[in-house]
Amino acid sequence: MDDFILRALVAGCGIAALAGPMGSFVVWRRMAYFGDTLAHSALLGVTLGFLLGVDPTIGVMAVCVVLALVLVALHHRHTLASDTVLGILSHSALSLGLVAVAFLETLRVDLIGYLFGDILSVTYDDLLRIYAGGAVALMLLVLLWRRLLAVTVDEDLARVEGMPVVALRLAFMLLIALVIAVAMKIVGILLITSLLIIPAAAARRFARTPEQMAVLAAVLGMMAVAGGILASLRWDLPGGPSVVVAAFALFLASNLVPVQRT
Amino acid sequence: MSILSIRPNQNRPTQSRGGPPASDPLVDARGLTVAMGGRPVLNRVELTVHAREIVTLIGPNGAGKTTLVRAVLGLVRPTAGEVRRMRDLRIGYMPQRLNIDATLPLTVRRFLGLWRPVTRARMDAALAEAGVAHLADSPVQAISGGELQRVLLARALLSEPHLLVLDEPDQGVDVHGQAELFDRIEDLRRSHGCGVLLVSHDLHTVMARTDKVVCLNGHVCCSGHPEDVSRHPEYHALFGRHAGQLAVYLHHHDHTHTTDGHVVPGVSGDCCDHEH
Repeated sequence: MDDFILRALVAGCGIAALAGPMGSFVVWRRMAYFGDTLAHSALLGVTLGFLLGVDPTIGVMAVCVVLALVLVALHHRHTLASDTVLGILSHSALSLGLVAVAFLETLRVDLIGYLFGDILSVTYDDLLRIYAGGAVALMLLVLLWRRLLAVTVDEDLARVEGMPVVALRLAFMLLIALVIAVAMKIVGILLITSLLIIPAAAARRFARTPEQMAVLAAVLGMMAVAGGILASLRWDLPGGPSVVVAAFALFLASNLVPVQRT
Repeated sequence: MSILSIRPNQNRPTQSRGGPPASDPLVDARGLTVAMGGRPVLNRVELTVHAREIVTLIGPNGAGKTTLVRAVLGLVRPTAGEVRRMRDLRIGYMPQRLNIDATLPLTVRRFLGLWRPVTRARMDAALAEAGVAHLADSPVQAISGGELQRVLLARALLSEPHLLVLDEPDQGVDVHGQAELFDRIEDLRRSHGCGVLLVSHDLHTVMARTDKVVCLNGHVCCSGHPEDVSRHPEYHALFGRHAGQLAVYLHHHDHTHTTDGHVVPGVSGDCCDHEH
């Protein structure tokens, strides 16, 4: 097997391993649109990173975290419905990113690569970034698992039990930002949310515990990554969208498998 | 200092009613005022719950019952006044309902284990106490509303609470169920020695069997022993014709209790402790 294929597979599986449990939380917490909004701001983070001469991953993280804080603040004092606020910020952030890229004439950005991913051009540097960031995120997730579940079930109950609800909510947003920063390379900022929610949604029917769902979502994500990469090589298709289509096919198939409900 | 200290006397079997002992209150709200969006929801409310005391909060919709409960729980910050809690007070809170997303695969047992590390045996004991031992392995989304409430009660018991806070435990429960529910609450008070604060819509079964009723409508209209409250003009003004039926469940008393705890002969027309 060619080296670049192997790198793509290893990178994709690393991200799927993180996206499984994180995506399960996104589904449980009904935050799919929230994740989409954060992802759309990533391009702005990339350009800011170039401008300030820092790693684009840092730029993406910073912009995502700022946007998450803005969203939380708006949620509390705005009369607009939250999906309206998310819609405004989502598309504004994406457009701001595109405009910023156009302004930087000296900067030659692979726009299509950022928007839709470029999994077959993953470098060893990217691999290191994905596995370092992913390991940190997974460790945090395991550490906070029970409390994040509690906050997901009911924030008031969690608060009465003395859990730091606001801190947990912020930690979760930080984790989403981290996932976006490391997954951007694979499926691109427009399709990241699909890698989070489609495998998790496909896993739901087969899971009897939250942990089963998280692990199964990770496995299904890995299958989607492998299928997408192979299809992309075989028929010369764009990598990111192929991965998402593979995930979608798995989701459809999961609905056809009979499950014994007890 | 409670609004009304119940003194033992011959007419009232204090033992079975579990009157408050002479100790510091579990929670003590003083001059509690909460405004939301500029609109006052609670106005200078006084509320005290002692150990082994069952206090029922009644009032029409929009009276601020939920806000008062949330202030006691520390979920709402008072605009003025304060809520004092006993040191290291453990509260077992039973909300009215939960809204758990159907995508979260969660059995009752896992649900109970989310809030603190608990042994399997403790969970089983709490579920048995709430009368839902058979539901341990059911998905939380698959059980009925009444069953979920009992599971929520079991959850509230897991922390060995000093104070049980029950938000409308009698909702959707028929008269027979209410009597049973109240037997259960009294059992819990006896076996756990905890105080109970409950919000109720029921003016008859539930209210009649509590130690103290606080009638709320933004402010405390009246509070005290159920019988005294049931005779209070403000109580009748609030609940109209529904108010009268309480007397059926009570013995006759020839005295009433003033705000500072004195027993006076006859029926006083005013047990309010504030100005309007």
